[in-house]
Amino acid sequence: MKNHSFRFQEPAPSEITPQSIATARRQFLQQLAIGTMTASSLSHSAWAENVTSTKPLSARPNMIYTAKDKPTSFTDASTYNNFYEFGMDKSDPAITAKALKTHPWTVQIDGEIKKPLTLDIDSLLKLAPLEERLYRLRCVEGWSMVIPWVGFSFSELIRKVEPTGNAKYVEFTTLADPKQMPGVGSRVLNWPYTEGLRIDEANHPLTMLVMGMYGQTLTNQNGAPVRIIVPWKYGFKSAKSLVRIRFTEKPPITAWNRSAPEEYGFYANVNPEVDHPRWSQATERRIGEDGLFNKKRATMMFNGYPEVASLYSGMNLRKFY
Amino acid sequence: MLKPDSKQFKVIKAGLFLLACVPFLRLFIFAYLDQLGANPLEAITRNTGDWTLYLLCITLSITPLRRITGWTWLIALRRMMGLFTFFYASLHFLAFLWFDHFFDVQAMLLDVVKRPFIAMGFATFLLLLPLAITSTNSMMRKLGKRWKTLHQLIYLIIIMGLLHFWWMRAGKQNFAQPLLITVIALVLLGSRLMTWWQNRNKAVSY
Repeated sequence: MKNHSFRFQEPAPSEITPQSIATARRQFLQQLAIGTMTASSLSHSAWAENVTSTKPLSARPNMIYTAKDKPTSFTDASTYNNFYEFGMDKSDPAITAKALKTHPWTVQIDGEIKKPLTLDIDSLLKLAPLEERLYRLRCVEGWSMVIPWVGFSFSELIRKVEPTGNAKYVEFTTLADPKQMPGVGSRVLNWPYTEGLRIDEANHPLTMLVMGMYGQTLTNQNGAPVRIIVPWKYGFKSAKSLVRIRFTEKPPITAWNRSAPEEYGFYANVNPEVDHPRWSQATERRIGEDGLFNKKRATMMFNGYPEVASLYSGMNLRKFY
Repeated sequence: MLKPDSKQFKVIKAGLFLLACVPFLRLFIFAYLDQLGANPLEAITRNTGDWTLYLLCITLSITPLRRITGWTWLIALRRMMGLFTFFYASLHFLAFLWFDHFFDVQAMLLDVVKRPFIAMGFATFLLLLPLAITSTNSMMRKLGKRWKTLHQLIYLIIIMGLLHFWWMRAGKQNFAQPLLITVIALVLLGSRLMTWWQNRNKAVSY
């Protein structure tokens, strides 16, 4: 198979379509397509409201963690979301998550730590200097994006709360509020959504606590106001809209693993050699780039983050998928 | 009773033809306008699959509809709807071969044998082939009684197509849409069972 390497020229910031223009363009085409171009829809659209709900977030670029890939457009990243609390269709969250109230917001941090605490989102933003990192995101469904996240290494928070010797795992819990989240009424998953990492995985500098994307605070459909990002694992490991972070001795029960254990493992490391039972994981479709005139690209081991391999030395990754 | 003359029938048929083209044209135009979302190729694959099943249900509804309404002329529309089913199934298969495997037939076949839900879809497509090929008047004449037997494959085809759909959705337990189509298909298949039962009883009472 031809190897589609990721040696793209890193785009200058000026080359990336500004979010406002991309949004306006998409909006124009949308209205053209459904034939609803009216004076009122031009001045006030649902889209504009959605975008203005985010605020600029300044951050220093972390060049070590800036992928060489071309960033996915903000429009694609914020309209193609798996966030089942807001509906099962990928276009649902962008519409139904608008009502989510992300301020005030607190995150309870407890479990096997010396300093349990509850942090509000404003103090979380000040916990460590904000960095911008461009990470690849590989979904277990076989598509991928490249997203500029704003946040800092999760290890910064771990250091602050001083885990005890018993802290072997970290559990992340997503908000499950049926009043704000229409999907929570469904029985697709056991709510709330929980995810987990081994403490050494959580401590890896790549693991990121994220409050923003594309230089703005997170859009609701992307997990506002705070989420975790683990770039070498399939996307479902990176839980959104966190309300609780718990340090545990035993492995936490994770949502998809409980729902379909033979399809979604606890580790869920991106691995082109270990197929999903219903499809191959050897290749992926990069959103906005791959498909019509070229093959899907090869998926890289650990999503192209080989520095995490040492976390799993001696482990059979076929067994611990 | 509604009974169109041959001119009116032509209009009805042409209208139905255009209507059945709408999903295809919609995909074409939306793709051009970049309105198929962030993953347009997946949208095309899923949409053509959906329409294959919808049209299969429409095709299967013609016979019971004729029976209920007494509009015998409906039967003359069945072949067209069957061929449209085949058309959307072919687009669905083409999308899979093109977007997922970029015309690498060997890789495509490997995917088929490795993954039961794809194998089921592929087998269903293969079963549609003989029906499309024998849809002409001359083939109907040539096959005589066997034509009807062959075309009863359609009952197997809809069951297999639905299995393919359920299987595809299984991992995420997103069953609302497959459930809806299954209920419709069961009603359509059930109406045939009922007719068969009534005819049997009639035969006995003779």
